[in-house]
Amino acid sequence: MSTGPRDKQLSIDEVVAELSDGMTIGIGGWGPRRKPMALVRAILRSDLQDLTIVSWGGADVGLLARAGKIRRLVFAFVSLDSVPLEPNFQKARQEGTIPELVELDEGMFQTGLRAAAQRLPFLPMRAGLGSDVLVNQPQIKTVTSPYAGPDDVHEELVAVPALHLDVALVHLNRADRHGNATYLGPDPYFDDLFCLAADRAYVSVEQVVDTAGLTVDTPVQRLLLSRMMVTGVVETPHGAHFTTCTPDYERDERFQRAYAAAASGSDEDWAAFSSRFLEGDEASYQAAVQAFAEEGK
Amino acid sequence: MSDVTRADVCAAAIADAFKDDGEIFASPMGLLPMLGVRLAKLTSNPDLVISDGESLFLAGVPPLFATGDVVEGWIPFRKVFDLVAYGKRHVMMGATQVDRHGNQNISAIGDWARPRRQLLGSRGAPGNTVNNRTSYWVPKHSTRVFVEAVDIVSGVGPQRAEQAGFAAARYNDIHRIVSNLGVFDVKGDDHSVRLLSVHPGVSVDQVREATGFELDLPADVPVTRGPTSEELVLIREMLDPKGLRFKEVPQEVAP
Repeated sequence: MSTGPRDKQLSIDEVVAELSDGMTIGIGGWGPRRKPMALVRAILRSDLQDLTIVSWGGADVGLLARAGKIRRLVFAFVSLDSVPLEPNFQKARQEGTIPELVELDEGMFQTGLRAAAQRLPFLPMRAGLGSDVLVNQPQIKTVTSPYAGPDDVHEELVAVPALHLDVALVHLNRADRHGNATYLGPDPYFDDLFCLAADRAYVSVEQVVDTAGLTVDTPVQRLLLSRMMVTGVVETPHGAHFTTCTPDYERDERFQRAYAAAASGSDEDWAAFSSRFLEGDEASYQAAVQAFAEEGK
Repeated sequence: MSDVTRADVCAAAIADAFKDDGEIFASPMGLLPMLGVRLAKLTSNPDLVISDGESLFLAGVPPLFATGDVVEGWIPFRKVFDLVAYGKRHVMMGATQVDRHGNQNISAIGDWARPRRQLLGSRGAPGNTVNNRTSYWVPKHSTRVFVEAVDIVSGVGPQRAEQAGFAAARYNDIHRIVSNLGVFDVKGDDHSVRLLSVHPGVSVDQVREATGFELDLPADVPVTRGPTSEELVLIREMLDPKGLRFKEVPQEVAP
């Protein structure tokens, strides 16, 4: 009898059922690139609240902010790239609807995840010194080197606190049912680091394949996630839409423009967008997106 | 040449900001900086390392937004942060605000806790400015951008760096601020912004009026050099044949 590693496949709803109010959730990808949007949409539909969201932010942050799901946001930027400023995030900031903000330099963010991944309380870093990141985040302290450096100076550096996550949500191109996963695009972003910094990590993928299939069409170096780092696997074709998921698909710029227009429009504009796209399940989202694409042809 | 435009002058001025950098990663944010960096690589500094703005180091010097160049390396975001700390990098960022002491803001306008206008967030500006050479590009020089004190310090100027201690000041190197009106550095009195040159057709008074703080002014302010005929050919025929640069700096013929 052959007993392989266990099957970790879950549905989108099963993943969301494992989340609870008040959790700290790290969201992988980068800005408007390879975000686990199907999982974010499922959180929107849930009654989860008071979340701490840790993200190099794009529409994931915008959507969760607009829905009032975020109690605390840890971010370095929020951008849609081709639309530089994220309108839902802007609105939330300007109306003060996110109670607690932690704004980091984007490299500090990586260092915080690294500290958590290494089970360290902090890691030293130069970034942040002299900037208002340290003024506006007085909880972030400095640390003095025990070693003398040039000119006998003991350098005083930022002690970037560990960004420990309860849960990481990431989206990759392929995984097997056990949680080994590859990215096929140009950049891994930091999805491995999010998983290492979290107690539990859920990866959604375009396609679940046999383990042997993971390295058929791509070098072994693209295996970013090992099953040791992954709690659950969800197959969500087009699950990063409307962000990039190169090479499976690029960003849906026309849809993103519609999103940004609705988000920066009136409450009625947003309600119309929301009821057309966001209030059904993932299948009805994808169907509505398909219909929207047809209209544009 | 009589038909040299302001955008061409800006491109050459940006190229000059990178000419003495040697073999480092030139990291331009925005269109004119990308044009200027590529111009520098084709003229004064062929050793510059450039990228596609995503994750590839490009071996050649393709036109703006062209793809398909020979790739000479891989620079995903995680390796960008390594390179920032390593220091062999010169970034030219945008700036929603720059103040008298060369501090920059791209985070938000107003009070940080409840901004009047939320912008990007601080992005990599704090790390860039204490680790590697940093310059700024301002396409529309005005008192709204050049302010006495920025609302939020994202990019750290030399005075703030010095006050934060040796570790902050050690690699702080705010090299140039290039605007549509002139070229500046931060080596004025008390680490303040100093006017290095005015672009052809721009007067010193015009720059002063468009600046919301007291500029450090040398007795004689030279005129920014015009692009050479070689540079003009590279800009117009090779790097930016579609004239995308005029979207950032509208076309006007300098006298």
